[in-house]
Amino acid sequence: MKLKFERYGKGLAKGMALTFRHLFRQRITTQYPEERLTPSKRFRGYELVWDKERCTGCATCAKSCPQGEIVIVTSKGEGNKYVVEKFELDSGRCIFCGLCVEACPYDALFLGLDYERASYRRGELVLSKEQLERTPEKQISAYFHPEVEASLPRQTLLLERAGRKRQK
Amino acid sequence: MELWPLDNYWAHFVLFAAIIIVFVLIGVMAYVYVERRTFGPFQLRWGPNRAGPFGILQPVADAIKVLLKEDIVPAKADKWVHWLAPIVVFLPILMIFAVVPFHEGQGLVPDLNVGILYVVAISALGVVGIFMAGWASNNKYSLISAMRVIAAMISYEIPLVLSIIGVVLITGSLSMNDIVAGHNIPFFLLTPLGFLIFLLSAMSEINRGPFDLMEADSEIVAGFHIEYSGMKFAMFYLAEYGHALAMSAIAAILFFRGWEGPGSEYIGVLWFLVKTLFIFVLLIWIRVTFPRLRIDQLMAFAWKFLFPLALINLLVVAAEVVALEEIPWWILFVNFALAGVLIPLWSKFFKLGGGRVEVKV
Repeated sequence: MKLKFERYGKGLAKGMALTFRHLFRQRITTQYPEERLTPSKRFRGYELVWDKERCTGCATCAKSCPQGEIVIVTSKGEGNKYVVEKFELDSGRCIFCGLCVEACPYDALFLGLDYERASYRRGELVLSKEQLERTPEKQISAYFHPEVEASLPRQTLLLERAGRKRQK
Repeated sequence: MELWPLDNYWAHFVLFAAIIIVFVLIGVMAYVYVERRTFGPFQLRWGPNRAGPFGILQPVADAIKVLLKEDIVPAKADKWVHWLAPIVVFLPILMIFAVVPFHEGQGLVPDLNVGILYVVAISALGVVGIFMAGWASNNKYSLISAMRVIAAMISYEIPLVLSIIGVVLITGSLSMNDIVAGHNIPFFLLTPLGFLIFLLSAMSEINRGPFDLMEADSEIVAGFHIEYSGMKFAMFYLAEYGHALAMSAIAAILFFRGWEGPGSEYIGVLWFLVKTLFIFVLLIWIRVTFPRLRIDQLMAFAWKFLFPLALINLLVVAAEVVALEEIPWWILFVNFALAGVLIPLWSKFFKLGGGRVEVKV
């Protein structure tokens, strides 16, 4: 009869050795305020980015919004064009579905890569036209707009941080 | 009884009582910190590192938080017993340290001639408090937990005492000072089987590691202290880690030569603390590795595995003490070989469910 040492304490020793080896592995916790992970390029992040120049005020985005939380008020301007007076989004109710971005016929809406917009008051979650406006600092997500993808940073993969190569 | 450093009995008593209380409080905080920081890398994370440098103030913050919490007593609880239980649990822990010598002949009762017997007797008292807590809470989970504590404590007390007797036989004394003085080589090398049995039963005694099924969070939520909050909960927490501190201190004295170590004799206390901490880290390592036992496995492990092995170990040590005038150092090879044979052999005899339960590998 062959003596199987797995039953006689070898398994326990193996387990102890395994946990001991874990001591020397790279820790996978992100030390958040000091280090941040880069989200996916097509991340549907916080904050709609609204391009003032391209927007015609057609309100297709408001119609497509399942929450009905995009508010657009327009008035008639010169040359028979709409002037957008109010463009508001209650981001506390936004479900980040991205339907408004997909619906926009003039590519004036984008989703952002930002994810740090906690606030103390509900009122602060209602974003006004000025807050939504596209500025060079705001990073827009490549969601539904693959043409911006090349300019975005690569996503951080926890697997790579753990010291392992990514499987193809 | 030689008193140090004060000749007045009351001055000595007050001084050492204060030292013990401070030592237990600081030691528990240090243990909580060390445990959480050691758990971190074992689980590929950092552990607390925000409060103070390396998170060293985390236990202080936790203690303040717990003390400021509201003290809730269930409406149908047995109020007096519920109030008394944390004290009954915590006091024996402080009483253990009365006889633990931090250095040669230095302690509250520095050279109690039945020191180790006193420790074993006192540390078993905490069970009463735990059962009081479980009963008085008027909660099914805490009662189940209290029953488990009693079952485990009574079962594991026996191998624990039997393994201690092995050490006592070699040194021929129950006094902790004489036991340390009697070491020629550390006893964990001389009686490896005895040390293993002591460690495993001590782990069950202090409700830790794979034997922590009396506070199994996933089945009986938190066990006997489920209905406790605030200061009283802090007492249970203190008692739990204080017991771990006491057990590792006693293991350091019994099996690791206590304060003896290279260097000047003034750093003996430091050696003692380092050895205590080493044993605690060993306990953490075991705790982090193994899953919790089932209650039948727990009882079977005590009665069918540890108990017979402890008896055999005692027999072997007694035979060696009788046969050999002075224990020579090479006997450790014999003992190691014996442990290496006995453990696999007894694992083979050790069966669950009357042998009907298959252990699949």
